[in-house]
Amino acid sequence: MRRLRKILIWAALSAFAVAFIYPFIWLLSASFKPRSEVFDHRILPETFTFDNYIQVWQEAPLALWMFNTLLVTVLAATAVTITSAMVAWGFAYFRFPGRNALFGLLLATMMLPGAVTMVPVFLIWNSLGMVGTLTPLWAQNLFGSAFYIFLLRQFFMGLPREPFEAAKIDGANNWTIFTRMALPLCKPAVVVTLLFEFQAAWTDLMRPLIYLRDSSMFTVPRGLKALLDQFGFGGEWHWEIVMTASVITTIPMIILFFLGQKHFVKGIATTGSKG
Amino acid sequence: MRTMRFIETRAALLFISPWIIGFLIFTAWPVINSAYLSLTDYDVINDPSFIGFDNYVTLFEDPKVGLALRNTFLFTVMSVPIQLVVSLGLALLLNSATRATGFFRTAFFLPKMTPPVAVGILLLMLFNGQNGLINGFLGIFGIDGPAWTTDPAWIKPGLVLMSLWTVGASVVIILAALRGVPQELYDSALVDGAGWWRRTLRITVPMISPTLFFLFIVDSINALQSFTEAYTAFFGAGNTTYSNDAALFYAIYLFQQAFEFLHMGYASALAWLLFIVIMAITGVQFLVTRRFVHYEGGNP
Repeated sequence: MRRLRKILIWAALSAFAVAFIYPFIWLLSASFKPRSEVFDHRILPETFTFDNYIQVWQEAPLALWMFNTLLVTVLAATAVTITSAMVAWGFAYFRFPGRNALFGLLLATMMLPGAVTMVPVFLIWNSLGMVGTLTPLWAQNLFGSAFYIFLLRQFFMGLPREPFEAAKIDGANNWTIFTRMALPLCKPAVVVTLLFEFQAAWTDLMRPLIYLRDSSMFTVPRGLKALLDQFGFGGEWHWEIVMTASVITTIPMIILFFLGQKHFVKGIATTGSKG
Repeated sequence: MRTMRFIETRAALLFISPWIIGFLIFTAWPVINSAYLSLTDYDVINDPSFIGFDNYVTLFEDPKVGLALRNTFLFTVMSVPIQLVVSLGLALLLNSATRATGFFRTAFFLPKMTPPVAVGILLLMLFNGQNGLINGFLGIFGIDGPAWTTDPAWIKPGLVLMSLWTVGASVVIILAALRGVPQELYDSALVDGAGWWRRTLRITVPMISPTLFFLFIVDSINALQSFTEAYTAFFGAGNTTYSNDAALFYAIYLFQQAFEFLHMGYASALAWLLFIVIMAITGVQFLVTRRFVHYEGGNP
């Protein structure tokens, strides 16, 4: 009975795993097929070709898009991590009048839908002449982000205070305590923040749609959407190009996941348990 | 003593100053400005002209607003419960598996790493009415699949099914909650002769109900604002072949009004309506589901 149950569970899990992974494999294999075979359901291409990759490379400035995206994501992730950690430490370690009210305000901002601030924030960047540049995609992160501040504060709150007080008595200033003691202790939470924001910035489509005008400034998702508009809706469907570009867009995320798998899973698991 | 307190406060304010500045520039001011703009007619080029509540009146007469609200609401009502049930089922399966759990967890989580634009494109291909993979699969059972991406009646079900592909994060969250249920509860239930179903319904689900509640609220808020997948697949330059109206979500219509038609004032009014709708729905969800959520330390 137990054995049968185990086999059933394993079979069900395997079936689901196939359903979840199969689209990747299908997409990957289609990117190596000539146009006429893209939609056949064979996993191994009958005619194996690199033409799609060459064609995508010629049709779109992919290397440039990759560079833009990398620049934006690295700036966005480091900026938000450093400032969010600072703010989180400010809320976690110090006692000051109005602390709870300010933190409540911070939590309240998480509930405000992005749509409400979308237009006025665009107008701010517009009046600064920054529309059409990459700056609006990351510069806001210099001011921290409520969700990460919350996440990091939870972590800081879990640290014992004694070592920090001791260091203070020994004459260490607040900045040294934060950078030399607190930050290294909360490395897992810092890594989670970096990974989450890297993913968010890499996959974002709405902001690039709003702020980028010239295709030489595009990020990869924005470029992918442009390719779909051009080779899909624009007339004859060139699925092979769109699919191949999708594969190229997805690969960096998969690599990131395998590099940071442990932290990703842990970070996501702890996100929900605070509910 | 007073000076100590002053020094501490000053230090704290220095640490939190980035957020305070950011809040003033990127939240407080935009919220005020958005409220003002919603009372104006503004196209970015000319100065905003004050028109009172006209935008809000237009909003109730605009058939597209009703359509977008209905679409968004239907999508939310369909996708959120199904996502919850599927992710709970997968998490329960994973929790009772003994080997290769790491592999399965990775398999379920991977789609979450796919950029939403790519998910939108994948949707167009997997659900393609003529030769997509989904209809090919249904064909094995002799089922003639619908034209998911072109038939207005099937566009939302297609989007819902596609959204199931990315439940991986919820699975991981629920799994973490399942691991936290004390084993003693199951042991005593086993002694009482409770079967698997009974144990799941009477112990597991109540014990993880705070997590399920959290996911229910967060998923609903996200579904009400969904944009990228549907926009990628059904909107954009030169797209006239597809039945856009069935996929016109509220966030998409708002985006179009603001950045394609440059109706900044009207878009601001739309944003405030969305805010009110989300608050109202979340409030109702809190009131209705709160009773079913069990907290170990008693309800707060």
